[in-house]
Amino acid sequence: MTKNIMIVGVGGQGTLLTSRILGGIMLDARYDVKLSEVHGMAQRGGSVVTFVRYGEKVSEPIVEEGQADVLIAFEQLEALRYAHFLKKDGVLVVNEQQIEPITVVTGAAEYPEDIIKGLEQEHTVYKIDAMEEAKKLGNAKVFNIIVLGMAAKHMDFSKEAWLEVIEKTVPPKTVAVNQKAFLKGYEG
Amino acid sequence: MLGNEAIARGAYEAGVKVSAAYPGTPSTEISENIAKYEEIYAEWSPNEKVATEVAIGASISGVRAMASMKHVGVNVASDPLYTISYGGVNGGLVLVAADDPGLYSSQNEQDTRCVARAAMVPVLEPSDSQEAKDFVKFAYELSEKYDTPVIVRTTTRLAHSQGTVTLEERVEPEDKPYERNPAKYVMMPANAIGRHVYVEQRLKAMAEDGNEFAINKAEYQDTSIGFITSGIPYQYVKEACPNASVLKLGMVHPLPRKLIEEFASKVDKLYIFEELEPVIEEQVKSWGIEAVGKEIFTVQGEYSANMIREKILKQEINIKNPAKVPARPPILCPGCPHRSVYSVLNKLKIHAAGDIGCYTLGAVPPLNVIDTTICMGASISTLHGMEKAKGKEYIKNWVAVIGDSTFMHTGVNSLMNMVYNQGTGTVVILDNSTTGMTGHQDHAATGKTLKGETVPAINIYHLCKAMGIEHVVEVDAFDTQKLEQIVKEEVARDAVSVIITKSPCVLLKGNVFPYKCKPVADACKKCGACLKPGCPALTKQADGSIAIDDTMCNGCGLCEQLCKFGAIERVEA
Repeated sequence: MTKNIMIVGVGGQGTLLTSRILGGIMLDARYDVKLSEVHGMAQRGGSVVTFVRYGEKVSEPIVEEGQADVLIAFEQLEALRYAHFLKKDGVLVVNEQQIEPITVVTGAAEYPEDIIKGLEQEHTVYKIDAMEEAKKLGNAKVFNIIVLGMAAKHMDFSKEAWLEVIEKTVPPKTVAVNQKAFLKGYEG
Repeated sequence: MLGNEAIARGAYEAGVKVSAAYPGTPSTEISENIAKYEEIYAEWSPNEKVATEVAIGASISGVRAMASMKHVGVNVASDPLYTISYGGVNGGLVLVAADDPGLYSSQNEQDTRCVARAAMVPVLEPSDSQEAKDFVKFAYELSEKYDTPVIVRTTTRLAHSQGTVTLEERVEPEDKPYERNPAKYVMMPANAIGRHVYVEQRLKAMAEDGNEFAINKAEYQDTSIGFITSGIPYQYVKEACPNASVLKLGMVHPLPRKLIEEFASKVDKLYIFEELEPVIEEQVKSWGIEAVGKEIFTVQGEYSANMIREKILKQEINIKNPAKVPARPPILCPGCPHRSVYSVLNKLKIHAAGDIGCYTLGAVPPLNVIDTTICMGASISTLHGMEKAKGKEYIKNWVAVIGDSTFMHTGVNSLMNMVYNQGTGTVVILDNSTTGMTGHQDHAATGKTLKGETVPAINIYHLCKAMGIEHVVEVDAFDTQKLEQIVKEEVARDAVSVIITKSPCVLLKGNVFPYKCKPVADACKKCGACLKPGCPALTKQADGSIAIDDTMCNGCGLCEQLCKFGAIERVEA
C-alpha cells in the first residue's frame, strides 16, 4: 500500500531539506520512493509543495487531492490552502506560525482568522509553535525539523532510524541541534 | 535520485567528455551534477546557442557530448540544432530539453517535440529517474548508429522528482578518429542538398527500427482499454488503470508505426494520453486509426491520474473544494537589491521594458515598474523598438532592466544594436553577480566557472564602454538618493546610456549581513512609506505602526532610507 506525505510551506522554510530527510528514511527502509519538489522562481517566498510517496512500487510522483495520509504544514495559511489534499482519515501537522503573503501586505486580501480552529473541525490536527520551540533550542532555523518530528509519529519508522537519517542528511555542524529538534517534536 | 541528477549520471556512465549549458529551470541541476564528475569537462556557456555549438564541436572532434537547456533555451539553440541535424555527429551528441507543462517557472508552455519534428531529430522521453539515466545512455548509441543528434525530452515533473536508480560503471568509448569531411560538416547549399536526403532516410530507418526498440514497449493486459502514452503521463496511466493495456513509447519521434498499428488493432478503445500538444495523436489519427485524445484531455498544464479516473473511468472523484485563501505568489527576498532599484523607478514613475530573472517580479504589485517581458535579452531591443516607433521624447520615462547573467546571455547583442542604430534610451543592468533565479550559477562576468575555478571576469562597465557608449555609470543598488539622481539624468539624455546597479544577491553564499533594521519606539507616524516596496520582513500591526521580523531582515536599510521620520534605525546585528 502506498503512503502519501505532503510538505507545504513558504519558499525558504526548508521544505527541500525536510523532504530529503523523508526520502532518505524511506530508502533506508528499502521502500520504493518517489518525491516531487518545486525549484526555481516559486522558491522566492511563494507557496511551495513537496510530494513524497513510498510503498512496494510507486507510479506517479505526485499526491493528488484527497489522497494525503500526512500533511506537514510549516505555516497556517499553507495548511489551509492544501487541506483538501488530505484523506478523510489523514493527519495534519501544522506549525502555528503565520507569514503574511504579499497579497495581504499590500491590502489586496486578508489573512483568514482562526484557521486551525476551522481545520480541527474537519481533520485530525496536531499543532505546535515550532518557531518558539526552535528559539528555545538556540536555532530558529530548525523549526521545520520539530514539525517533522511531530509528523514522524504518524509514519512507520523507528526513532533511531530518524536520528540516523538526520545525521546523514543535515550539515555536520548542525546534527546535534537538528536531532534535538526532532526529538522535541517526536516526544513533546 | 533527482531526474536531473540521473541524466547527469547517464552522461557519466555513457562516457560523455564534454557538457555545456546555460542554466534554466527545470534543467539546471543536470549541469551542476555533471560538473561533479572529474572525467567530464563541463561549462556554463553564455547562452544555449553557444552551449549547443560547443557540444557540436566536441562531437565532431570525436567524443560524446551533451548540451542541456530548458524548453525556451531550445529556441535560442535552434539555429545550430536544425543544421547539425543535417551534418550529423562523430562522437554521440545529445541535447536534453526540459519542458515545463504547468508553467512552474517559464514564459510559455511550448512542446519540444514540435521543434524536434521540424528539425528532424529523434526524441526519447523517460518516465522516471531510472529511465532518465538509461535513456541518456541509449540516446548515445542511437546518435552514433544513425549519425544524428538525439533530443532527450524531460518535463518539470520528471526533472524535479526523485526516484530510485541503479548505478553502473562508466564506460568510456574510444575517441572516434577525426577525418576532414566537408560534405558532412560544411553546410553550404551544395552539401546540404545531399544531407537533406540523408536526414529523411535516417528518420524512416529509425521509425522502422523503432518497432523493435526495447524502450517502445507494449504491455498487454485487459484489452478493453488501451493507452498510447509516454514520459510522466505513463505513471498517471499506471496509477489510475493498473490493469489496462499500455503502449509506452520511449521514442516519441519518429513514431514506430507498425507497433502502434498492431497495438491499436488489439485494444477495443484506444486513448492517447500525452501532455501539451497532440503530437502522437495527430500522426496516429492521420494513419486512419481511431483514437481519443485531445477531445477529452487538455493541451494545457500537467496531467494526473484523477483526470483518467474522471474522464475515462467515469468515477466520481469526491474531492473537497479547496479553501478560498489569499494567493502567495513568489516575491523578492528581504534585502534583495532589485527591490531598492524598483522603489526608485517606481517613485520616478518610470516604465520598464523587462527581462527574464527574479527581477521580472518588478512587474507585479507593489512595485509595478515592468511593462513588458518577452524572452532572454528582449528588454533592450524592445525599448529600442519603442523609441524608433514613437521617438526620443516618448522614451524619456522608460528604461530597460536586465540582470547581469541575462545581459551576458543575449542582452549584449541588443545593446550593440542600440549603439549601431543610434538609439536613445537608458539600460539598467541589475548586477547581482550571479544567475539568481535558477539558484546561483556563475557566468562570464562573475569570475568563476562551473567547475569552481577562478578566472578573469568580463567587466560589464568596460564592455559597455568598448561598444562606444559614453555614459556608463556604476552605482550601489542600495544608494537610493544617488541612484535617483542618476536615473533622472540618464533618461533625459539624447543618447544610449547604461546604469549598472551593483549589489550581490542576498542569497549568495558567503554574504555577511552586519546590520539589522529596527523600528524606533514611538517615532512611527504610520505613513506606510516603508511598506511600499513590499519587503516581506515588514508588517503593519493592528495600530498601524510597523514591525520588522528579525529572522527575515537582512539589514539592507531600504526601509530606513524611505522613512522620513527616523522611525527605523539600522543597527549592528
